Amino acid sequence: QALVDGPCSGVRRQAMPFKCMQLTDFVLKFPHSARQKHVRVAWEKENINEKWAATRWAKKIEAREKKAKMTDFDRYKVMKAKKMRNRIIKHEMKKLLKQASKKGKKLQKAQK
Amino acid sequence: MAGEKKAADKKAAEAKPAEKKGSQKKLREKARKPKKHHASRNPVLARGIGRYSRSAMYARKAMYKRKYTAPETKIEKKKKEKPPATITKPVGGDKNGGSRVVKVRKMPRYYPTEDVPRKLLSHGKKPFSQHKRKLRASITPGTVLILLTGRHRGKRVVFLKQLATGLLLVTGPLAINRVPLRRAHQKFVIATSTKVDINGVRIPKHLTDAYFKKKRLRKPKHQEGEIFDTEKEKYEITEQRKSDQKAVDTQILARIKKVPQLRGYLRSTFSLSNGVYPHKLVF
Repeated sequence: QALVDGPCSGVRRQAMPFKCMQLTDFVLKFPHSARQKHVRVAWEKENINEKWAATRWAKKIEAREKKAKMTDFDRYKVMKAKKMRNRIIKHEMKKLLKQASKKGKKLQKAQK
Repeated sequence: MAGEKKAADKKAAEAKPAEKKGSQKKLREKARKPKKHHASRNPVLARGIGRYSRSAMYARKAMYKRKYTAPETKIEKKKKEKPPATITKPVGGDKNGGSRVVKVRKMPRYYPTEDVPRKLLSHGKKPFSQHKRKLRASITPGTVLILLTGRHRGKRVVFLKQLATGLLLVTGPLAINRVPLRRAHQKFVIATSTKVDINGVRIPKHLTDAYFKKKRLRKPKHQEGEIFDTEKEKYEITEQRKSDQKAVDTQILARIKKVPQLRGYLRSTFSLSNGVYPHKLVF
C-alpha cells in the first residue's frame, strides 16, 4: 500500500493499494512522508494541474465525461456537426478523385 | 371576551367624529387588544374526558353573554326569494287545456321496504375533480418534451402548462412540427433538459380541458336508419382553434428563434437505433 495525498486535487491523505492507481509521468521531489503543506508547495511549484490538463490522457477522460453527459439536444447538435463535417470531407475527396481520374485519362491518351 | 372587544370596537366607531374622545378610546382599545386568550376552562381528567359537563362549561365560558347573530338583512333578502313549489307548464294537443300545474320537487318514486342501513364513514375518497395533481419536477413551463404515444410519437414539443385534470398542454409549435395545441399525458412523455424561456408568454385562459374534450353528438330523437351520419365523421379544425394556435405560437416562435439550432431540433424526431439504450441516455 502507498501513502497518497492530493491537496490540490481533492484527495485526502490516506493509504491506498497500488492496484487502485496508475502512475503518470509527473514526479515531484520532496522527502518521503513529508507533511501535506510541503506536498502542496511542490505541486503548485511544478504546476501539475495545468500540466495534467494538457496531457492527452486527461483530455480523453474529459471527452468521455462530456459524452456521457450529453443531453438530447446536444446529441442533435453533434449529429448536425458530424453531418456537415462529413459532407465537406466527401466533397474534397470527390474533387481529388475527379482530378486524379482526369490525370489518368490524360496519361492514357498521351501513351496512345 | 371577544364579545367585550366587539362592544369596545363599536363604541370606538361611534365616538370617532369626536376627535379627542375617539383618540382616548382608541388608546384604550390598543391597551385592551393584547388580551391573551384564556387557557381551556375545562381541566382534563383523562384523554378526551373533561371535568365539567356541557352545561357547566356553558356557564363557565359565559356563553350566555356571547350570543351572536349574523347581520339579518342579507338573510331576510335571501329568505324572501324562495323558489316556487309548483310551475305551470304548457301542454300540447287539442282540448287539453293549454297548461298543467307541475310540482318542481316531486315525491320519490320508490320507497324501499326496509330502511337503508347507514353507510360506514369512508375517509379521503374524493371524486376525480378533487384529486391532487402531481407534476414531475423535470417538467416546467418551456421544457421540450418527447411525445411517446399517439399520432405524434417521437416528436419534440414545447410544454406550456398543466391543465386542471393533470394533462399537459403542449404545442409544436404548429409551424415547426405540425403539432397543434394539444393535451399530452405526463406518463407518456420524456422530459428533456432543454428549456425554452416562456417567461412572458400569455396563454389564453379559455384553453381548459373542456375546450379540448372530444365532442360526440348523440341525439337521435327518433331512431333513424342512418344513425352514423349524425356523429362527427371527420374532425374539422374550428376557426377558434386556428386563432388560438396563432396567438400562442407567434409568442413562442420568437423565443425559439433566439436559441441556435433549436428550431431544427424541434423539427426532428426521436428514435432509437442499435446500441442506444434509453436507460443509459441522459435526456
